[in-house]
Amino acid sequence: MNGRTAPAPADSPTSAARTTATPRVVVTGLGVIAPNGTGTEEYWRATLRGESGIGRVTRFDPSRYAATLAGEVKGFVPRERLPNRLLPQTDPMTRLALVAAEEALADSGVDAGQLSTYAAGVVTAASGGGFEFGQRELQALWSKGGDHVSAYQSFAWFYPVNSGQISIRHGMRGPGGALVAEQAGGLDAVAKARRHVRDGTALMVAGGVDGALCPWGWLCQTRSGGLSPQTDPQRAYLPFSTEASGYVPGEGGALLVLEDARSAAERGAVHVYGQIAGYAATFDPRPDSGRPPGLRRAIQLALADAEVTADAIDVVFADAMGLPGPDAVEAEVLAAEFGPRGVPVTAPKTMTGRLLAGGASLDLASALLSLRDQVIPPTVNVPDQAAPEALDLVTEGPRAAGLDCALVLARGYGGFNSAMVVRRAA
Amino acid sequence: MSNTHDARRVVITGIGVVAPGDVGTKPFWELLTAGRTATRTISSFDASPFRSQVAAECNFDPVAEGLSRRQIRAWDRTTQFAYVAAREALADSGVSGETDPLRTGVMVGTACGMTMSLDREYAVVSDEGKLWEVDPAHGVPYLYDYFLPSSMTREIAWLAEAEGPAGVVSAGCTSGIDVVTHAADLIRDGAAEVMVAGASDAAISPITVACFDAIKATTPRNDEPETASRPFDRTRDGFVLGEGAAFFVLEELGHARRRGARAYAEIAGYAARCNAYSMTGLRPDGKEMADAIRAALDRARKDPKDIDYINAHGSATKQNDLHETAAFKRSLGEHAYATPVSSIKSMIGHSLGAICALEVAASALTIEHAVIPPTANLREPDPDLDLDYVPLVARQAQVNTVLSVASGFGGFQSAIVLTDPGSAQ
Repeated sequence: MNGRTAPAPADSPTSAARTTATPRVVVTGLGVIAPNGTGTEEYWRATLRGESGIGRVTRFDPSRYAATLAGEVKGFVPRERLPNRLLPQTDPMTRLALVAAEEALADSGVDAGQLSTYAAGVVTAASGGGFEFGQRELQALWSKGGDHVSAYQSFAWFYPVNSGQISIRHGMRGPGGALVAEQAGGLDAVAKARRHVRDGTALMVAGGVDGALCPWGWLCQTRSGGLSPQTDPQRAYLPFSTEASGYVPGEGGALLVLEDARSAAERGAVHVYGQIAGYAATFDPRPDSGRPPGLRRAIQLALADAEVTADAIDVVFADAMGLPGPDAVEAEVLAAEFGPRGVPVTAPKTMTGRLLAGGASLDLASALLSLRDQVIPPTVNVPDQAAPEALDLVTEGPRAAGLDCALVLARGYGGFNSAMVVRRAA
Repeated sequence: MSNTHDARRVVITGIGVVAPGDVGTKPFWELLTAGRTATRTISSFDASPFRSQVAAECNFDPVAEGLSRRQIRAWDRTTQFAYVAAREALADSGVSGETDPLRTGVMVGTACGMTMSLDREYAVVSDEGKLWEVDPAHGVPYLYDYFLPSSMTREIAWLAEAEGPAGVVSAGCTSGIDVVTHAADLIRDGAAEVMVAGASDAAISPITVACFDAIKATTPRNDEPETASRPFDRTRDGFVLGEGAAFFVLEELGHARRRGARAYAEIAGYAARCNAYSMTGLRPDGKEMADAIRAALDRARKDPKDIDYINAHGSATKQNDLHETAAFKRSLGEHAYATPVSSIKSMIGHSLGAICALEVAASALTIEHAVIPPTANLREPDPDLDLDYVPLVARQAQVNTVLSVASGFGGFQSAIVLTDPGSAQ
């Protein structure tokens, strides 16, 4: 299938802002750290094989909490991957982010010593910040007193900590900061980075790596109302299933290197995974308003931004919340926009859990890898589909397909909807 | 750098403020222009065990502000501030009823989110730090809303009937500028025509006080709370923790004109940089902040000589005030010496992520009222700081162009240029 382009309608919000030469922004590097694999290729191999990283929480005894399953990153030894001086000042999720950023930059082939002259920047997605670090310092405060709080607390927990640490480690002096919209933030951060590249920043690291697998973070997450109470890892996170009972949280995510397509070509970038072609974000109206949720509009606006019509989309990476109501909304929206079973839909996050601000960025990485390898990763553990007439859910092993354009969806707790279109490099 | 979005221009058409002192934009502006301070001994908890016991607190009564019992129970103070400030901004703009929900968005800046509630609730579920495996039996139902600062975005979006782009922007102490500029970008990109944007922080809480004590960033001047915040003064010894919120209605200029709205200021230019140096420290040369200032001026198509007033970060740490002064000289050259510079943190303290939004509000009001707020408590000039810091007394001045800047943990540096919308053709 071709990525057929359609002129944006005259009243499209994006058309007027476009000049004739909006620079194309491409992804030239990926760094992944996920419950089912550390590093892009290890993650991708596991994902195509349908290997799940979900299991009973091991970091603490989860027995007393309303949920006991998580996607934990395994076999990660921080002192083997990071300089010693960074360990006392970093939350576990920041350590994962630093390793993912290192991988993404190495993958891009950019000379790390040249980053400051690139005025490279970093935008990350966050949720609760460095929550485990924060729990330790709260414990010190309350059990021992204020003088026992670490000098690092002032920044180790805060929302943009990963951006700051990545910027410092790699000498990146361009725009920085963080966005928070729970799951949706993982796409919003990449979109913000795309705008910085369009404005002249040559290179941006963007995405989310997140997690809060400490008891205090866990208790907060169980109050989302969305966690599955199931204890069998194969029966817990079953989006679009008749037995959907909630989701499983996890840790990890992905960081991407974004560059202007022309400068990437000029420097002879090793990989061009694809173009960030379209994006939009919307917010749901108050539930009692009688107005429809914003997911479908986010999709339509993202397609318009990418200057494609729905039939150009070859695969959808669904938000797949795993709760009957939100799953039904997403299935209806996809069927309405693409036609019943009109496009393959998948949710590889059934193997990782939902990674707070990291999950949508990981889906974006998966979508780009799908474009590279012309294969759609599976959705695991969903034997009995709730809406088989609406969704062509990829539940078998990986499905080979001709893929030019992928759509990634993310919904954030509270009503955030984001959609992003990625297109295979020409 | 030429860019893709010069076609659309963005103006501020509504302002709402919750600042130390009394609630509302009018009391805020009166406090600033009178040169009064709202810093005092911390009253919200017993701060006597801490090194720094001073803060700038808001006289905020949620019942008097009309919040419901349910809102007061469920919402962190940060959310309450954000809601009240956004409500004032919406009323001030008169935009309600004239927006398309699908083309209206919300962006909220914060550094500390729901820290006060998290601190309080942690103490309960951990039995004051005794339990690592915190006890769910004592956990309130709102913990995920406290975990996610984006929960306050939802409340503002519902208030504003906004269904466009929404989120939280956080870059520590530059959040209040970065949220306004991100929202302006969304308007310039055509993703929205109206944005309700601002920042809120209310984190005068034991954990916040302790973590700034640990790095000696806050002042220990506990015996003189009213004059404890001393930006640019020789005797400055750290910042005074503050709290507050400022929100704006930002509109595409054509949208504002069609409905005959008053515009306080145009968001003319902005830029952000990282120093890639330290999570907390600043190099004395001010290079990255200067770079951000120059980029913001370029984008606004302004020269250094066009700047009539600088609303400074002026946190009153030894390091910041030197860094910032160097950055002004580096970016503006000789014109730095001719430009009035002041820090409203001298009066309302440093409310972390919110303060830059309060400073943007003060900058817009400076253009509107032709009065430059002073730097209070500046009685002993520092020989190393040789710019015009507008000591003690407000100054009448025609101000068409304001530069406001911020530095934050993480190395973030931001600059924004506001212009008189009347002067902008």
